[in-house]
Order: sequence, then C-alpha cells, then structure tokens
Amino acid sequence: MDRSDHRPAAMLPGSAVFPHRHLTGISGLQPHEIAFLLDEAEQWIDANRSRAKSDRRLDGVTQINAFFENSTRTLLSFEIAGKRLGADVVNMSVGQSSVKKGETLIDTAVTLNAMRADVIVIRHASSGAVQLIADKVDCPVLNAGDGSHEHPTQALLDALTIRRRLGGIAGRRVVICGDILHSRVARSNILALTALAAEVRVVAPSTLMPAAIERMGVEPFTDFDAALEGAEAVMMLRLQNERMSGAFIPSTREYHRRYGLTPERLARAHPKAIVMHPGPMNRGVEIASSVADLAGRSVINEQVEMGVAVRMACLDVLTRRARGVEGWA
Amino acid sequence: MIRLDNARIVLPDCVRDGSLLVAGDRIVAVGTVEAGGDAQVIDCGGRLLAPAIVDLGAFAVDRAAGIAGGIVRVGLMPDAAPVLDDPGIVQRAAASGKPDLWVHPIAAATQALAGDKLAELGILAEAGARAVATGRTRIADAGAMRRVLAYARDCGLTVIAHAEDEGLARGAVATAGETATRLGLPAAPAIAEALAVARDLMLAEETGAAIHFRQLSTAAAFDLVRAAKARGVAVTCGITPAHLLLSDIAMTDFRTFAHLSPPLRDEADRQAARAALADGTIDVLCSGHDPRGPEAKRLPFADAEPGMSGAETLLALSLGVARDLGLGYERVFALLAGAPADVLRIDAGRIAPGMPADLILVDPQAPWQIVGDRMAARAGNTPFDGLPIEGRVLRVMKGGVFVGGR
Repeated sequence: MDRSDHRPAAMLPGSAVFPHRHLTGISGLQPHEIAFLLDEAEQWIDANRSRAKSDRRLDGVTQINAFFENSTRTLLSFEIAGKRLGADVVNMSVGQSSVKKGETLIDTAVTLNAMRADVIVIRHASSGAVQLIADKVDCPVLNAGDGSHEHPTQALLDALTIRRRLGGIAGRRVVICGDILHSRVARSNILALTALAAEVRVVAPSTLMPAAIERMGVEPFTDFDAALEGAEAVMMLRLQNERMSGAFIPSTREYHRRYGLTPERLARAHPKAIVMHPGPMNRGVEIASSVADLAGRSVINEQVEMGVAVRMACLDVLTRRARGVEGWA
Repeated sequence: MIRLDNARIVLPDCVRDGSLLVAGDRIVAVGTVEAGGDAQVIDCGGRLLAPAIVDLGAFAVDRAAGIAGGIVRVGLMPDAAPVLDDPGIVQRAAASGKPDLWVHPIAAATQALAGDKLAELGILAEAGARAVATGRTRIADAGAMRRVLAYARDCGLTVIAHAEDEGLARGAVATAGETATRLGLPAAPAIAEALAVARDLMLAEETGAAIHFRQLSTAAAFDLVRAAKARGVAVTCGITPAHLLLSDIAMTDFRTFAHLSPPLRDEADRQAARAALADGTIDVLCSGHDPRGPEAKRLPFADAEPGMSGAETLLALSLGVARDLGLGYERVFALLAGAPADVLRIDAGRIAPGMPADLILVDPQAPWQIVGDRMAARAGNTPFDGLPIEGRVLRVMKGGVFVGGR
C-alpha cells in the first residue's frame, strides 16, 4: 500500500488528523490528510458492494446539493453518497440564468444558510465561487467543481482508484492528457497526485496547455506518444464540445489523430497501465471505444464506484464536528 | 495673503527650507519671503509643503477620497455613464468636483467609446476637455487609432491610451502565469500590453501626436517606451503604486480587490516597473481610482469588476516606493503632480511664483494603517487592506483656500 509516512499517529484526535472545515480543493491539504480521506473511503467500497448498503450515521443531517452548472453524474454520486449514510438530501439545480436574474451568489449562500443545511455541496461555473460561498455559511461546504479551478472529490476518487489498482501512488508515472487549460479535474489531480509523490506528466496541444504548468510540479508534453513511455496510469480528459471546432483544436478527427488514446498508443505505456476517464466520454475523440472497454485495463467504471465511496467519506468526515463524534467535537 | 512659514518646500528640482506666500489663488513668492503685515501666517512646523496631487485617469469624482489623499485635480476618464463624448456632458463633468476638486474631463476619443467614429474633439476641448482617451480598452482598429492621434494633434490634445491587445486579452482577468494557472482563471500573456504599445508608438511617431499610456506594467512595454523616448517620440506613461508593490500572487484566494486592469503582473515585470520608475521611463504615478462596492466585487473573481479605490493611498504608497528606490521628494511630486499636469496641458502641479496655489502639507513619516472599511472613498476596495504605511496629508489648499485636512 502507500507510504507509511503519509499517516499521522493513530492516537491523534480526529480533528487534528483532518482539521479543515470545508473541502474547497486539494490545494491546502497535506499529503497525510489526502491519505486519510482515501483510507476513510476504503470502508465504504465493501459496504457499497453488499446488499444492505445503508448506514444511519448522517441521520437527521440535511445535505443540499446546489448545482449552478449542469451535471448528472456528479450530482447523482453525491446524492447516493448522502442517502447511503442516511442524510436528508435535497437537490437544488440552479441554472446560471437565475443568478443573472438578479440574485447574487452571496444572497443564494445566505439563503441556503438560513435553511439550516448541515452540509452543502456546490458546483459552479466560475473559479473561486465555492470558496466565496464557503466564507458565508456556517456549515461545511464541499466543492463539486468550480470553473477551471478544482474538483477535489474527482481527484480523490482517481487517487483511490490508482492506489487500489497499482498498490500505491508514490513513484508511479501518471499521464494526464487533454484540455489541461480549462480542466478542474486536471488541476485537482495534479495537486493530489504530486502531493502523494506520483510522477505526473500532462499532455495537451499548446493551445490547451496553461502557462507555467511545470510550476505545479508536473512535466508538460505536447507529444502524447513520448509522454506515454513507462506510464502506469493514463488519465484521459473530456474535450468540451465548444472547444472542438477550430478555436483551440482544428477538428475532432485531428484531435483524435494526435491525442486520442488508441490501442496502438496504449501499447507504448507500461504493459499493465490502467486507463482512466472522469466521464462522460467522447468515444472516438479522446478515447477509442476499444480502449474504453478494454477489460482488465480500463478502470472507468471503477472510478464511478470509487466516487460514491470517496464522497461518502468526505460527507462523513466533514460533518463529524457538528455531529459531535468523539475526538472531533 | 497667506504666508506658510517654516516649511520644507518641494520645488521642481529640489527641496528647500523656507516660506511660501500665497495671494488670492496664486503662489507669489517662494523661499525667503518678506511679506506685508496683513498676511495670515501659518507655521508648517518643518513639514513638507508640496504641490497638490494631479491624479491622471481616475474613473470617479470622489471628493472625500481626493481630499484625504491630497488630490485637488483629477483627470477624469471618459468611461462614465453617459460617456464624455458630448460638450454638455463634458461641461457638467468639469463642474462636478466643486468646490473641493478641479475636474479636468478627458474626452472620449471616439463616439460612445465604440472605437470607430471620431468624437467632436475640437468642441469637447472648448467645453473643457484637457486630453483624449480611448477608455478602459484600446481602439482595436489601427486605422481608427491613427485618425484619433492625427486629429487630436491638430486639436492640441494628448491621447491617453489603454494598452492591451484585445485579441490576446479577450475574456482574460489575469496575467498568464503560475497564479492564474493554479486558480484556473482565464489569463492573457503579458505581451498583450507590449503588442498594443508597439502599434500605438508607431502610429504616434508617424502622426507626430503626443501619446500617454495611462498604465503600463510589463518589462517589454517599458523597453518600447524607453527606446521611443530615446528617439524623441512624444510619449509618456504612468503606473499605479499597486503595480509597483504587488505581483499576481496578490490574487491568491481569489481576492477580487486585486482584480485590476491591467492585471497585476509577475515578479519579473514588477521589478522591471520599479527599474523603469527609477530610470525615468515612467512619468506619472496615478491612483487608477475606481471605487467599487460589494455588488461589483463580492463575486467570483472572473465575474467581479476590475479596479481599485486608490485615491487616498496614492501619496503614502508612492512615498514608500520612493523610499525603496531612493527617489527624492522632487521626483515623487514630479510623478504625482508636475508630469500629469503636463499631460493635461494645464499650468499647475508645481510650486513656483505665478502658479495656482494648489498645495498640500505632508508629514511623510506619519504612520497609519490602510483599512478598507474606514476609507473616505465611496468604496474601500483596496488591495492593501491592513497594510501599515507612512505618509499622511495634513492640510490641502486648492486655489489659495484650505479645503480639507485635519
């Protein structure tokens, strides 16, 4: 398993092991705190696979999922996670338009706070929006994706998947390929994986590579084939439709030619390299169907499964103080 | 008549101990003054007596902030609602600071600042406009900019330009670099500024027009201006203390008070700006005063409006920078008053017999703390909230009359 020095002494009270009130990003988390959340998630994997999946520890806890940006999968994952722990889960889908109608984000936050939510899960199209709300409410806030900034639970579920599949993260070569410029998944993964001492390579055409990305401790590549050398995990990012038609890349077929993960390309990676994708996939664009479905190598469905476990762990840990759990109150 | 005794007087090229005599709205004598018996005598206690600040390129007429900051003249940007492209609006703007502030309207270069059709620059100048500006953005069309420069030269007006290439900067709210990348903010490469400067310098040189870049912030842009000055191009440029004191790291944690236009740059550019101030490439220190309330600032970073409330911190921050760089008081007040008055082509901003008696009495060592919530300005959106600084305005005289001070 992982490096033991990522674990704090067992006798520390929980609030010292994970002292954060919110989870707004991976940035700000210590390596041992990331490992702690992954360890906490482990228990829910087996529980979720059994027939009796429910636990009542969040009984009476009101969880609001406030999604200011469309999402199906992440919203569902958070909803299932909350319900399996016994929380009362309320989904609030707010199109960007209603914010434009006049109510500011702060007003929305204050409204949610007045409804006495015990934990709020937020997705928003603007970087930094979740932090802004977190500063205004009394309960823990979980970032489910803010603009191009962070998507911490995605990075945690990806780290958990890699840790379980490869037996550890430290020293493993992970390749992240796709729209690094606009991707919050890439940023959170870079932060989490480098904190856990993985060797991270990022691959994108220069038009989709952010400035100074190497300052985040990763090695940038524009040549996917070269980057794949020795990779043990290959993480493909979704390419947004609006960026496919000329502004950032010439066309989807050209993108597939240069950056699509095909069986031939995958052969350049480590013989047992795992294939990851946060979903939803554009089959035939960033990933060939045959690779996406490659038994034993593609862990894309496992990522979805880990997502529920990780979100259960985060909801549990963040509400421990309010629930008066021993060592956390 | 008012006689100001026992003052350290900041003259255009030196600082001199002595007295200063004001008659009516003018300075009549400086140095060793033998005044008549009817003069009101004020003991300055050895404090600094300097020309009052001429703040070039503010976005709001903010009298309280001006008085607190030692500002008596404001070059007002045309980006108001309504835009300063009509003689009636210009006249009204010119009167809007009374009685505490002289407001010198800067005319819109193009109608409605749309960047294409020339505004009535001649009529606007008659109505009181003292310069011409492109507004918060540059004029994208090089042909239109060339016509603005040529026509403004005919009217005897300096063109104040914003330097940011709109193609590179579209949608950007930060300078490209590590901070913007970590925060996931839309960013433009720093060369967006130098690209714009290069084009406008060529057009100014070719048309013979005088051009002033309101705020420059990058090494490449300063290099271009430095070289153009050496060739004799009529170019000047300005900067705010924020761009001399802060780098893009100030945006960390999505602090919208550090969301400025031009954006805060990286450390190498900040150092280049300080070097450009020290070597004389930069002519003007300005506040960029743009008070913004929470409805414009308490938003996600990219959705918040750019700008800072800078008027009342301009002097103290400038004195701090000057101390760091070893600049004398005469240079500080050339940057804050003399040079901006020249851009506006007004006879002010200097202490000399015959000049308007626009004066401030300053204690350059007085310590205080910048607190956004307690600022006199209409809004306290300062990126320096909490900073302890030195240098305070004690009294402000506008046209021979004390208007503020404590």
